[in-house]
Amino acid sequence: MAIDKDKIRNFCIIAHIDHGKSTLADRLLEKTNSVALRDMTDQLLDDMDLEKERGITIKAHAVTLNYKANDGAEYLLNLIDTPGHVDFNYEVSRSLAACEGAVLIVDATQGVEAQTLANTYLALDHDLEIVPVINKIDLPSADPERVSKEVEDVIGLECSEAARISAKTGENVEEVLEQIVKFIPAPKADDTLPCRALIFDSVYDSYKGVIVYVRVKEGKIKPGDTMRLMATGAEFTVVETGYMRARMPEPRSELSAGEVGYITASIKTVGDARVGDTVTTAKNPASEPLPGYRKVNPMVFCGIYPADGADYENLREALEKLQLNDASLSFEPETSGALGFGFRCGFLGLLHLEIIQERLEREYDLDLVTTVPSVVYKINMTDGSQIEIDNPTHYPDPANIASCEEPFTDAHIYSPAEYVGTIMDLCQERRGVFKNMDYITPDRVDIHYELPLNEIIYDFFDSLKSRTRGYASFDYEISDYRASKLVKLDVLLNGEIIDALSFIIHSDKAYSKARKIAEKLKDNIPRQMFEIPIQIAIGGKIIARETVKAMRKDVLAKCYGGDITRKKKLLEKQKEGKKRMRHFGTVEVPQEAFMAVLKLDDDS
Amino acid sequence: MMTADKKTVGLYIHIPFCRSKCPYCDFYSFFPRPETIDRYVDKICADIANLPLGFDTVYLGGGTPSFIGEDRIASIIESAKAVKNAEITVECNPSDTGNAERAFDFSRLKDAGVNRISMGLQSAVNTERKALGRRAGRDEVSRAVERCYKAGIDNVSLDLMLGIPGQTEESISESIDFCISSGAKHISAYILKIEEETYFSRNKEKLNLPSDDETADLYLLTAEKLKSAGFGHYEISNFALPGYESRHNLKYWHCEEYLGLGPAAHSFIDGRRFYYEKDVEKYISGCLPVDDGDGGNEREYIMLTLRLSEGIVFQKYAGKLDNILGEGFIKRCRFYADSGFGTLTESGFSLNEKGFLISNSIISDLVDYL
Repeated sequence: MAIDKDKIRNFCIIAHIDHGKSTLADRLLEKTNSVALRDMTDQLLDDMDLEKERGITIKAHAVTLNYKANDGAEYLLNLIDTPGHVDFNYEVSRSLAACEGAVLIVDATQGVEAQTLANTYLALDHDLEIVPVINKIDLPSADPERVSKEVEDVIGLECSEAARISAKTGENVEEVLEQIVKFIPAPKADDTLPCRALIFDSVYDSYKGVIVYVRVKEGKIKPGDTMRLMATGAEFTVVETGYMRARMPEPRSELSAGEVGYITASIKTVGDARVGDTVTTAKNPASEPLPGYRKVNPMVFCGIYPADGADYENLREALEKLQLNDASLSFEPETSGALGFGFRCGFLGLLHLEIIQERLEREYDLDLVTTVPSVVYKINMTDGSQIEIDNPTHYPDPANIASCEEPFTDAHIYSPAEYVGTIMDLCQERRGVFKNMDYITPDRVDIHYELPLNEIIYDFFDSLKSRTRGYASFDYEISDYRASKLVKLDVLLNGEIIDALSFIIHSDKAYSKARKIAEKLKDNIPRQMFEIPIQIAIGGKIIARETVKAMRKDVLAKCYGGDITRKKKLLEKQKEGKKRMRHFGTVEVPQEAFMAVLKLDDDS
Repeated sequence: MMTADKKTVGLYIHIPFCRSKCPYCDFYSFFPRPETIDRYVDKICADIANLPLGFDTVYLGGGTPSFIGEDRIASIIESAKAVKNAEITVECNPSDTGNAERAFDFSRLKDAGVNRISMGLQSAVNTERKALGRRAGRDEVSRAVERCYKAGIDNVSLDLMLGIPGQTEESISESIDFCISSGAKHISAYILKIEEETYFSRNKEKLNLPSDDETADLYLLTAEKLKSAGFGHYEISNFALPGYESRHNLKYWHCEEYLGLGPAAHSFIDGRRFYYEKDVEKYISGCLPVDDGDGGNEREYIMLTLRLSEGIVFQKYAGKLDNILGEGFIKRCRFYADSGFGTLTESGFSLNEKGFLISNSIISDLVDYL
């Protein structure tokens, strides 16, 4: 059946986190009968457990819906879901590039937030038609009037016609569908040109290989064609093309210009079909790829080690499997004197890191020890060369260092005006450089700071949330590298350097951080048979010290009535506890101690 | 009737009855109906009579054995038909046996063969006794001990508890002096362990418990005072005048055989460990014990003998287990000896008091070197 391209609408939903994106997506599926009501579980599009729990969309997905509009015509709506976190900004931009329009959800109780703006600007950059929607009108604190005015004032979007809905209850959701049909333009589509299809997502499936999600911009592609990936030059024979439906894929004889769908071609890893790449055909190749492709580079690195060394191979397999689906995850083997064999892993950001870590622990049942995350530093050596390091272990002898550079970000924080003081305090503590501050409305501000990336990767967002009672929102992008005074802190337990606990820090913060680390370690290392000195050093100089006193009492005084078993069990339990410890010479360090150092925050 | 091929072991009999539950106790005991006591005692007596075993130690523990009265105790002891010179111990509660209103007839026990009484003193300081839920005061304890002596039972052991709420070096000294002046031949000094599911564990924060460090100091002080009064510190928690070590308890630590009768009683016979479930009615109805696996292997032997001041005697180890300890193990012992936790000689390895205090850590580490 030929598709009338005038009746296609390609759109995405953009919103700040928790403004109701996934809920609206579910409701659209329901209203277009894409899923039977009884099959609805909340937030159908987010199918990873973790996504459901965290209430965020980690990876983009797409779905094709049929909608019979009030004008009597049947429309084909392609909803492209977008990840809702700064770590995945590039993926968001590719999803947007696959659309002609975007539904912008704004929470009627909260108004414009950091990602509302960031995503709207991204959408405008891609010339998308934006359909504003005011959500959560069912809540008692909803103020759609005020929020509409805020959207008009801040973003400059006409909101008089904006649908006021409750995605939760379904109220007025049809109006959103009508507006999509009415305001979002049909795709400009020319089937006669050589094929150019934009990959906006790819997912590994153990039966079909990589499922490549595309928006065909020009030309056609069909099973049997030899497809070519223009960035890598790799070629595959197309096995299947079709639409993504909510319940299951619907194979189609071809995908043509203007359509959104999937291609399978027995591709082994998502790294071969990277987001942003252009698919063309080998027989009639396009001369130029679609604009905007770039390989995403990891920004945050940390060591991941199995708690039990015997799990090393399992960890490798798990990482390989995750990488099948996540081209932005990188890893390579590394060895730590303290932790044994593990992997140096690269992530887009801290959330990405946490997600991978949790998936490894949950889906692959691995116990992990993670080292302090690091950004990539540039070190200018006295011999004129420059090295890049993402691992404190590789930090060179300070005598050979001429200067250091660290990555900076351009950061925007949106917040009620009353928190300006506390936010500026936080940014100052984090070595931020104040740029400017705009009043979005009389009581909401956009605070613009330049912040070093290494100051925001640990716990910046958590601190921001707790200091503003969750009202502030935050968005950043990497800007440039700047000269910085860096030092490496080493942690010594019983005189021995624990390489996994070393990290690189700005020299102004070294002393206070060192004291905190020493205290945290003291609190988290249980007393043992011998006294354990904890020392924090820069080079050979000790700048902080604590002592874990020797344990004095660990004895089972009574084994009553010959009950030996009880004592045996106690000793076995003790042994199990020890297995979970890391051994450094005679010192045993529980995992929690590593985590405690990792999670050091300023309020502790 | 004794026959020559009858095996001789220790016998433990559990009396799972108490007038009230102490707030730190998680042993199996409850307040029974009188007829339950009778049915239980009958069952125990019948079981003992049918056993193809001889007993050179008998230990009536609980619960509160004295709670069931002199006659029932005597009938249990008599049915055990212990061998000549057997050590026969009965645990007694001073509120049953030291009551000013009612005389407890220790001579009835003596006549049945009882030659050792273990009295639950816990503390000689009445405020501390109260915090432990003990009904009797120290005067009852004194009276009970006097009654033992009068009946001709001179081997009296007193139980002390260390690390109890409000305890100080001063108060523990008072309790120790009480023990010494009462003429006890044996003193067990147990460090209080907060067991789950007890009143103490639920109210831990309110208890004013000494810290681990303070408790360790109380333990060291106790050992020092008792040793200077002539007591040998022969096991982690046990002190005795020469010749008065508990023969029954030594069987546990020497990995020797014993039979335990009654709910929650444990046994070690023919290389197997087994126990009866914590259910008195089940026991009366004749249920079989629950298998608890092999016993007496190298790990157990190390774990148990290191509780003794004698420690691991290499020759005994070899004789018992047909095996010798490897170089790695001895090297690890050397490490602990050098670190001040014990003594390693040609003939054995033992822990000192500092080592006893952290014996769980040392033992669980050492057995990895077997």
